[in-house]
Amino acid sequence: MSNVPSSLKYVKSHEWIKKLADGTVVIGITDHAQNALGDLVFVEVPKVGRKLAANESCAVVESVKAASDVYAPIAGEVTEANGALNNTPEILNSDPYEAGWMWKMKPNNIADVDALLDAAGYQQLIDELN
Amino acid sequence: MLKKTALHAEHVRLGARLVDFAGWEMPIQYQSQLDEHHAVRAGAGMFDVAHMSAVDLHGPRTREFLRKLLANDVAKLTAPGKALYSCMLREDAGIIDDLIAYFINEDWFRLVVNAGTTEKDLVWIGQQAAAFGVTVKYRDDLGIVAVQGPEARDKVIKQLPTDLAAAAQTVGVFQAVYAGDWFVGRTGYTGEDGFELMLPHADLVTLWQKLEADGVRPCGLGARDTLRLEAGMNLYGQDMDESKHPLESGLGWTIGWDPADRDFIGRTALSALRGKSPNKFVSLVLEGRGVVRAHMKVRFANGAEGETTSGGFAPTMKSSIAFARVDAKAEGACEVEIRGQWVAAKLVKAPFVRNGKVLV
Repeated sequence: MSNVPSSLKYVKSHEWIKKLADGTVVIGITDHAQNALGDLVFVEVPKVGRKLAANESCAVVESVKAASDVYAPIAGEVTEANGALNNTPEILNSDPYEAGWMWKMKPNNIADVDALLDAAGYQQLIDELN
Repeated sequence: MLKKTALHAEHVRLGARLVDFAGWEMPIQYQSQLDEHHAVRAGAGMFDVAHMSAVDLHGPRTREFLRKLLANDVAKLTAPGKALYSCMLREDAGIIDDLIAYFINEDWFRLVVNAGTTEKDLVWIGQQAAAFGVTVKYRDDLGIVAVQGPEARDKVIKQLPTDLAAAAQTVGVFQAVYAGDWFVGRTGYTGEDGFELMLPHADLVTLWQKLEADGVRPCGLGARDTLRLEAGMNLYGQDMDESKHPLESGLGWTIGWDPADRDFIGRTALSALRGKSPNKFVSLVLEGRGVVRAHMKVRFANGAEGETTSGGFAPTMKSSIAFARVDAKAEGACEVEIRGQWVAAKLVKAPFVRNGKVLV
């Protein structure tokens, strides 16, 4: 069973997003996604300062099997990227919601987060895939 | 409806992720493909390869027949149990399959062929065999399991009947021992020591369970692929097929050119290409960041170009490696196009890894 924390919001391309106290958001890929990909061996995160549109392909996760694009759940500007993923991509497998976060950004409109899937909605989506 | 090997229930019990491989439902991985890879390099792992096929050839002219059928020369097989890797070619030198031929006695040789090619191989071999009076017997009563790694031989020998265990203890590399329907070859597809065993399906399941209980790690086709890539071994259907000849597939070393009068199928076409192939097969290591996959473009400083045939992350090396088919003039620095970016790579001499050690 995949872990789908109720404190996060989700998009159907299997990213999660969380609002932080300073007005930025943090983004990663879900437990379901890391499990489907298998052992991750290479992660490329967007550069700080890059302006992203919603649903823009902006990062790559590569497992032993294949490469997959990662999409920006909402529009905004990248403020920080998780450098630990460069040398230890496996933390994305072992801890996708904490140590394996991918990037932070300042949203164009923080209210965009509220329109995304909640945990129940995402759980239903992956139940339908299984 | 996918075919299932005798070990299918074991894969389900062990929580494997199953995929369609050449019409068979096979485990791609159990828990972690990386852990499975490392288990083979450091200890012992086992693979269900019962989708591959043993084909027995019988008749007094079997050796003569194989000297016609195969591009490598079974005249090299003089000791009973000795094995030979060979390509089986079309008249135009396209590769029908790559296989292992075992010499058992002058009336009996055994071939082990790929899963996806078994059907066409049986038709081709049958057509060619008729003129030699050789009978072709598809041994679908046998299954194959590969047990590989530095601890693999000891773990297997413990499970063998006494006589076979004694013989397996001393058997040389690329050599097999056998008793009844049990056949134990010191061969593999990982670059590690170990055995490939052919035995009746019911015995295969029992052996698998005993090995698992003794700490041999079940490994899926995913780990098998990264292990063989590191070991510098080709995969049929990916690195070569009927549209490719051995000289552009890194398999020139398997051609038995001598004696010059041995008329194997494909010899005439292949001889015309000898030293003149427009393409060659190379191995490379990525120097920049990323992962090389199959079918990526490769370019060289001298203008030569080509394409990767196999590629991936090499867990033992912690870098990305690939095979590529490139213009014959290719040399020097090269780059691979990974999702629109040209990333630096260097040519190396395969194998990349042997017996747990990185060689490049």
